[in-house]
Amino acid sequence: MADKIERDDHSGVETTGHEWDGIKELNNPAPRWWLMVWLVTTIWAIGYWVVYPAWPTLSGEGERGGTVGNSGWTQYTQLEESQAEILQQRAKYLSDFEKASYSEITKNEALYAFGLAGGASAFKDNCATCHGTGGAGAPGYPNLNDDDWIWGGSLDDIEMTIAYGIRADHEETRYNEMPPFDEMLDQNTIEMITDFILSDQPAGAPAYADNCASCHGDTGRGSQEMGGPNLKDVIWLYAGTRADIIAQIKRPKHGMMPAWHSRLDKQTIRQLSLYVHSLGGGEM
Amino acid sequence: MSDQHEKPVLSTDQPLQLFEKQKRIFPKRVWGKFRKLKWLAMLITLSIYYLAPFLRYNRGPNAPDQAILIDLADSRAYFFFIEIWPQEVYFLTGILIVAAIGLFFLTSLFGRVWCGYLCFQTVWTDLFVWVERFVQGDRNARLKLAKSKWSLEKARKYLTTHALWLLISLGTGGAWVFYFNDAYVLLDQIFHLDVEPSVMGWIIALTLSTYLMAGFAREQVCTYMCPYARFQSAMFDQDSLVIGYDDRRGETRGKLKKGQDLTKRGHCVDCTACVQVCPMGIDIRDGLQMECIACGLCVDACNSVMDKLSLPHGLIRYDTDRGFREDRPNGSPPSVKPHYLRLRTLWYVGILVSVSVGILYGLLTRSPLDLHVIHDRNPLFVTLSDGTIRNGYDIKILNKTHHDKMYKVTFEGADGITTKVQGVGNYSLIALPVFADSVAHFRVFVMAPAQQNPRTPITVTLTDPFTGLTDHYETIFVSKKYDD
Repeated sequence: MADKIERDDHSGVETTGHEWDGIKELNNPAPRWWLMVWLVTTIWAIGYWVVYPAWPTLSGEGERGGTVGNSGWTQYTQLEESQAEILQQRAKYLSDFEKASYSEITKNEALYAFGLAGGASAFKDNCATCHGTGGAGAPGYPNLNDDDWIWGGSLDDIEMTIAYGIRADHEETRYNEMPPFDEMLDQNTIEMITDFILSDQPAGAPAYADNCASCHGDTGRGSQEMGGPNLKDVIWLYAGTRADIIAQIKRPKHGMMPAWHSRLDKQTIRQLSLYVHSLGGGEM
Repeated sequence: MSDQHEKPVLSTDQPLQLFEKQKRIFPKRVWGKFRKLKWLAMLITLSIYYLAPFLRYNRGPNAPDQAILIDLADSRAYFFFIEIWPQEVYFLTGILIVAAIGLFFLTSLFGRVWCGYLCFQTVWTDLFVWVERFVQGDRNARLKLAKSKWSLEKARKYLTTHALWLLISLGTGGAWVFYFNDAYVLLDQIFHLDVEPSVMGWIIALTLSTYLMAGFAREQVCTYMCPYARFQSAMFDQDSLVIGYDDRRGETRGKLKKGQDLTKRGHCVDCTACVQVCPMGIDIRDGLQMECIACGLCVDACNSVMDKLSLPHGLIRYDTDRGFREDRPNGSPPSVKPHYLRLRTLWYVGILVSVSVGILYGLLTRSPLDLHVIHDRNPLFVTLSDGTIRNGYDIKILNKTHHDKMYKVTFEGADGITTKVQGVGNYSLIALPVFADSVAHFRVFVMAPAQQNPRTPITVTLTDPFTGLTDHYETIFVSKKYDD
């Protein structure tokens, strides 16, 4: 500090007495109110350290380490609380939903909407990977929007498929297997069967009756009990060209749908069934 | 006040001041034509503000009967026979345009009358100044009180003033929430202190802002905060009415000496009455200033002084720039009349009329039903087992009437259409139920053979079978991928 208060000629502000290369530092302290606000926020911050989780530690009282304030509040407890709140809101519907049969649900607008909403979100989490976010499938992964159902498209059938899967490792799973015909039939017979399927050429009829009718039905319309796909519609699980069909007869590909019984709870599976059924192809 | 017009002096002894401190203004009481107008304007505007929410208007069952109501919870706005849904918020745009152009029109006719008489900042400030005068006395008493040391008397007067201010503010903030709720029900709830935190929050916020703005900020709002004051000059021309001091007649000003002949000198006797009554704290004799809100109180003050001196009115007056620049004998009334019919004014009338007609047309032809259709995007279409193509649509039906309705929906444009409604119960497109004053959502599947055009345009038609009213929505029926 200089002994004598010196003022800057231009602005009239007093200097600090410091000088660098002829430039003098002016003494412009932060305004008093600013200082007060700063002090108050500092004290406030210390209060926060006491009340809320503040300091990270390698291991500590907190769920993930760190100090826990005396209020006991953390973002984890907040998350749990808000989740519990949602569950509580849902519980009212869920208990009604649990008790209601499918026919009751489809007559009750609120329960049906509840089912669809839950189903839609569970579908995105669990089913969209294979069946697509809109349920439109892909070759080998059935389109859930259309009206072609290999194992049945009623609400109960859909629930059964979701719960126990197709060719899954569950004792109640739906199971079938198309044998590879390339060892049992010659190329010519396979082609005749293909032509019978595609364009009703009568030459292939006897071979079809002998080899295919047991699963796909006498007329090729399939059998939902056996899981034999309908061969007379325009929908093919694998592609539907002549070459694709011959390939499928020779060395069939088989998809696998996992059993969701142990991964999703029963009510979620019922919600999913309602949602899939609602996509437009559901059978009564 | 002699200290009103100190020129800022740059001094090296004083630290540089970047901001001017607010000078407290103690407007003196005045009476006259413009003061009367101001009281009348205050009476009308405040009455409308405080009482309007309590008006009733019968809209029949299933609708609130408050004449002016903004129902945020149900997202509806009501104004007598007008009812606005969120989809029709363009009406609000129209109303705002009318308000803005109306303001410009008023300005082009009479100058800053909005600022002087109708602006809420002016009205509440005026009311607050009245309270101040009612409790603490007129200008000199208030000045004396402000300068005096703290005493029981001063504390009592200040406390009373601020208590009254807060009371008015509370009424102001309180009245605001009535526009958003049923006024009578809410009034009852407020008396029982049983209101939602949001309502309480608004009451407190508006109470405090009124108290702050009308009690403390006052003319600072007009000078520093209000954008209107700044762009008004764009609306001014030499025919705009302004408050002005006739310096041809007034100068050379000077104190009146005994027996002086006023016909031989300037008529301004430098009594500063015009300055003392000014709520903006300016001296109108310095010429037209941005701060002047054209309230006319200086005119009243000057005219009353002219009366005492037996001189004609109008040394300070409402007049046009042309009027003030007119050459005429000292004291004779101005001969230049304001031109109200000018190109500018006619433009504003034109815009006002066309926008108003547009709004009115919109309101009169407002359809009580509305249809929205969204075509499914995922998947765009579905092929069914027999080769038929199916498209999905989300349709929303807005029933803006106050009665439950059954509507019919038809899809036209593609060959061989059949339809199916998804959902609870056996809804059919012939009779889709929509409750009064609500929106219903349905999911519809449309089946048709593959079309020639992969994006066949189709028209969805909504019909109210009882009134025959319809609404249409254009959408598409997708049947093939583009590259097929």
